Amino acid sequence: MTEPQELKLDRKHAARDFADSDCAEFQANMPERIGAGEDLQTDPHMLTCERCRSLVRELEYIVEVARQLMPAEEEPRDELWANIQLAIERGDA
Amino acid sequence: MGILNSPGLTKSNPAIADLESGDSGVPELCSNPPQGESASNSLKQDGSADDSQSDDKKIETSTRAEHSEKASPNGGAETTDAEILAAAQSGNHAAFAQLYSLHKRRVYSLCLRMLGNVAEAEDLTQESFLQLHRKIATFRGDSAFSTWLHRLTINVVLMHLRRKGLNLISLDEALDPSPETGPTRSFGAPDLRLTGSIDRMTLEKAVESLPAGYRLIFVLHDIEGYEHNEIATLLDCSIGNSKSQLHKARMKLREALRAPAVEEMAK
Repeated sequence: MTEPQELKLDRKHAARDFADSDCAEFQANMPERIGAGEDLQTDPHMLTCERCRSLVRELEYIVEVARQLMPAEEEPRDELWANIQLAIERGDA
Repeated sequence: MGILNSPGLTKSNPAIADLESGDSGVPELCSNPPQGESASNSLKQDGSADDSQSDDKKIETSTRAEHSEKASPNGGAETTDAEILAAAQSGNHAAFAQLYSLHKRRVYSLCLRMLGNVAEAEDLTQESFLQLHRKIATFRGDSAFSTWLHRLTINVVLMHLRRKGLNLISLDEALDPSPETGPTRSFGAPDLRLTGSIDRMTLEKAVESLPAGYRLIFVLHDIEGYEHNEIATLLDCSIGNSKSQLHKARMKLREALRAPAVEEMAK
């Protein structure tokens, strides 16, 4: 006897919902655990869930790249000093 | 400690090292008399020029005066940073011009990162240096001068943002503009790490596109190297809030960075 189509779909959804609830719980706790310095790589959920593993990996990559690229300093326009000087002379400072 | 938890630039930024040593460097708390009283004032504290000074000590118009003999506030061949600072504290405008030269890039870049807008960044760089001019005599040297100026600049930017509206509602709400959604689903989109798709321009655009509160937390923690407890003090929010907002900021950034990557993949 074959399984009704609706039941198959229900089981599929149930399995996805179960995985979602695991991911939801893991992701909901991420900020506090990361903030506390915990190593998420060793979490059992990370070992089995590609989705969350990929998320953590990407966040790490973004932070790493931001630290490499963002600290570059930029020069303000030359006119800025003239404005500051003028304001000082006016007594704004 | 993983990269997600460690604040940025902690090791490479001497200013942050000072913060870690326990010196808050908050300008408002520094009220002691200035160091290094000097008789060579060329500009009074109220900004008016002192005619009794020689020409080379009057208002220095060049901003390219770094460590040069010509621009030395004391007229000597060598001028250390401490001497420049001491001279500026005693009202020497040439020395103040040198301080501007030495620190303008750092102050401007900090403003630009925090605000994501060139015009505002210029305005607040100007405001920071005017405030520096007003308060420089109160710097007592408990922390590095760069740390002190860094904190002064952050305070100027925060005051500006509060004036712009962040003070109208609680900061927590302002920092958290969207409700939590379910767990992230990222299948089908490329892995950013694998595509290596983030260049500086893309990243800067993505950071600029963040809501002000998220951008602030991200810049302060991940770029400037502030700890969550320091951010909580600066922004007057809880440490837990700082952690969760940082996470949301990173998620938002990931979202923004994935969009061009997905477009690229679709081509």
